[in-house]
Amino acid sequence: MSPESLAIQGYAHPEPAGDSAPRYQPAGRPRPQRPEPQAEAPRGRALYPFSALVGQEAMKTALLLTTVDPTIGGVLIFGDRGTGKSTAIRALAALLPPMRAVAGCPYACEPGRPADSCEHCRGLRQGKSLDASIEIPVPVVDLPLGATEDRVVGALDLEKALARGEKAFQPGLLAKAHRGYLYIDEVNLLEDHLVDVLLDVAASGENVVEREGLSIRHPARFVLIGSGNPEEGELRPQLLDRFGLSLDVVTPTDLETRIEVIRRRDAFDRDPHGFCAQWKAKDVALRRKISAARRRLPMLAVSEEALRKATELCLALGTDGLRGELTLIRAARAMAAWQGATSVDGEHVRAVGVMALQHRLRRNPLDEARAAVRVERAIEEVFGPEKAAP
Amino acid sequence: MSAEPAAPAPTVGDLAGLAASVLAVAPRAVGGLWLRAGAGPARDRWLADLNRLMPPEIAWKRVPAGVSEGRLLGGLDLSATLASGRPVSETGLLAAAHGGVLLVTMAERLDPAAAALITRAMDTGEARSERDGLALLHPAEFGLIACDEGEPGEAPPLALTDRLGLCLDLAVLPASGHPHDAEAVRAARALLPRVQADARHLTDFCAAALQLGIASLRTPLQALAIARVLAALEARIRVESGDILNAIALAMLPRATRLPESAEEPAEAPAAPEEPPAPDESRSRREPDDIPEDIPVEAALASLPPKLLESLIAKMGDLRTRRTGSAGQAAKNARERGRVFGSKSGDPRTGARLSVIDTLRAAAPWQKLRHGPGEPAQGIAVRREDFRIVRRKARSRTTTIFVVDASGSSALQRLQEAKGAVQLLLAECYVRRDEVALIAFRGRKADVVLPPTRALTRASRALAAMVGGGGTPLATAIDNARLTAESVLRAGQTPFLVFMTDGRANIARDGSPGRVQAMEDAMASGRRLAELRQPIIVIDTSARPAEQAASLARAMQARYLPLPQADPQRLVSAVSALQGQERERRAS
Ligand SMILES: [Zn+2]
Repeated sequence: MSPESLAIQGYAHPEPAGDSAPRYQPAGRPRPQRPEPQAEAPRGRALYPFSALVGQEAMKTALLLTTVDPTIGGVLIFGDRGTGKSTAIRALAALLPPMRAVAGCPYACEPGRPADSCEHCRGLRQGKSLDASIEIPVPVVDLPLGATEDRVVGALDLEKALARGEKAFQPGLLAKAHRGYLYIDEVNLLEDHLVDVLLDVAASGENVVEREGLSIRHPARFVLIGSGNPEEGELRPQLLDRFGLSLDVVTPTDLETRIEVIRRRDAFDRDPHGFCAQWKAKDVALRRKISAARRRLPMLAVSEEALRKATELCLALGTDGLRGELTLIRAARAMAAWQGATSVDGEHVRAVGVMALQHRLRRNPLDEARAAVRVERAIEEVFGPEKAAP
Repeated sequence: MSAEPAAPAPTVGDLAGLAASVLAVAPRAVGGLWLRAGAGPARDRWLADLNRLMPPEIAWKRVPAGVSEGRLLGGLDLSATLASGRPVSETGLLAAAHGGVLLVTMAERLDPAAAALITRAMDTGEARSERDGLALLHPAEFGLIACDEGEPGEAPPLALTDRLGLCLDLAVLPASGHPHDAEAVRAARALLPRVQADARHLTDFCAAALQLGIASLRTPLQALAIARVLAALEARIRVESGDILNAIALAMLPRATRLPESAEEPAEAPAAPEEPPAPDESRSRREPDDIPEDIPVEAALASLPPKLLESLIAKMGDLRTRRTGSAGQAAKNARERGRVFGSKSGDPRTGARLSVIDTLRAAAPWQKLRHGPGEPAQGIAVRREDFRIVRRKARSRTTTIFVVDASGSSALQRLQEAKGAVQLLLAECYVRRDEVALIAFRGRKADVVLPPTRALTRASRALAAMVGGGGTPLATAIDNARLTAESVLRAGQTPFLVFMTDGRANIARDGSPGRVQAMEDAMASGRRLAELRQPIIVIDTSARPAEQAASLARAMQARYLPLPQADPQRLVSAVSALQGQERERRAS
């Protein structure tokens, strides 16, 4: 694409144009051949690079922490339109180091983990042919609004049933997302019963389907990422604290940042591959850092101090249940691993305090806007004033 | 920066015509168009003119406001599936509009979930559906035109309007002529890929957006795209300052939440208590150095005819109130129908909707048996026991409309207590996910402080900002409450009205002071409100229960409750109990 084509398509869509390879073609002329639609994002389609995202540090940090430790739980991103929420999540997909999966497994089971495997792979194990594994990208599955439950959890394969009288299970999106990410934009518009299903499966790590005479269970462990805009309605309070981390994103307000956001978007839209090439080294460095942090994670001990501070912080905020404290520690550990620390200390707890706790406050639900402020205040109380950066 | 001579001032008619030309050249690049005009000859004429400018063979698909998700996305084609014996898909509206125009009428009534499907297709250029056992992916690149009827307080979902680059209000900018013909549009389409804009144009648009209080980052990008199209229409390959000015007029001014200080009317300042200043506003006000001086906003404003500028400013206030209300207003259609949450065995002849896919799944395993061994399979044999009907959660939503007396006759500490009670009731609404609206009356006015919304934090803030004192225009308040209730009913929801007043009216409907006329008007308004036959509660906020509020309640055929001293929780329980009864009454 030449620089002159700046005005062409995708340009008007700063947030999502990253994966919109199709371009509008004025009808009336024969359309140039474009790739046939595929079920998954075609490989080779340029995605906006993660490292080229401007600002939104909390969002980037939360997403990166889940790559270090997926058991932190899901991430809820609420905030203004056009702040790059979708772009960031899709960019994350390109950033993740690939994973190994049992060849031929419909659920991409992890090789060598029979306890966590599906029926198919347990069968293989008895037949001792579990060696064949393949390298695949970590799935980042987009759950479109309007999806019906049968496609989410899986159902009887209608085509096979009709054509061959065969009772086969057609896996749904939950199966596809196993060992990866499930992303729901506008999660607050998703029907409540689907949200319930998702959160149940996300919590148990297993999808149980009992319908149409089928009785299927398969592993479905994924990081749930929800994003939304509070103007369209808040999320039910009982759903909020089922997400591990949560954060608010706001549109940048200073001119320089805004120009930089648009300039980069513009450069990407004009020449996606050139732009990606320019940022590739930075993305590769991030990917290495993720891998290193993952290796470090199991070796990290949580210091007495970190544990005590985490408890104090939860007490000060009156968060109920252990879930908040557990998430706080896990996120702090991932943060320590990310930063290359040798142990998990109070400072790591401090760094993740707001995103791990702000959606768990026992509160007047109408006070939500100030939840982050309340956590910050409690952090000041427990940890003392922030040290100046060295 | 912009040292070039200003472009010839566009005339009023030119802007409406220019919008059509721009849209015809690059409907998707500029993000589509938000057309604010009621159905009628003016709108039809403008659309017909646009149609003439566009290539003749492209698809025009119309989306009705109550459109279902299945219709938008496509799904299982029942008759073809039954006939062929294998699942056959049917194309939805989004994919059918590929390469053409998607026209949403009555967009202010569009369900946010439907809007989200449309915006997703706009963002990705694809319609993706995971429904009814089918995973479908079709190209769906279209130019979107969203028409709203221009009713006050109603607008399409923000997610949609944020993506629509062009914004045209035919009441402000009547179409009078078209500056380009189809030939010019064709030429511009060909030229567009070569049109160049300078980096400073991007800076100009970013700065202009800040000056006009436009938070969205999409707007400056859309404005730049529009400027390029404008240059192409003039057969230029360079964007010039005239293009910038016109692009600001077409994409930015209608979205302005404020004007640059020099142009702002002083009267604007104290307005809109419902919307605390956006962070960007206070920030850019504090740091005026952020914004370069020579920005073309002033020039764009100066180039517009003064009358037009006036109406744009008038519309801005309108837009601001729409902004807060739009999401809630649009949120209703779907919920009225109730949400699907699965299927069960049942007989569709009872009026329940057949769940096609689940019925087919139930029938599928039996096909071999039913067709017999030697028989060739001829379509699908479906029997009554296969029928599955859609289960819905009946969920006619309630919109609680609070009408709060903030006048001087209600003692101020009682206003504080009333506020406290409303806060508690808001918390209840939050749990039930009801919507709320807030009307405050004092002095001569009864303002809809907050149109129906589920964003309760905003309701809470609006309430806190409410000040007391002044006359008691009760009749006007009741009339406004009725208008709000009617719009709630139009959207298929149930209004639940809660009046908090001592009933001591002293401002008549025409705004004149005088207790007798004011009370008479209030009673008359109350009786009219009663005709709606909707649940109403009057909460007496006078120091001790008095006759005025009680007789007002009788006129409204409302329940009467005195506001208990220092025990708002009791009130909340009483109101909740009444709402519960009301729900049961409706359910039976
Ligand atoms: Zn497996």
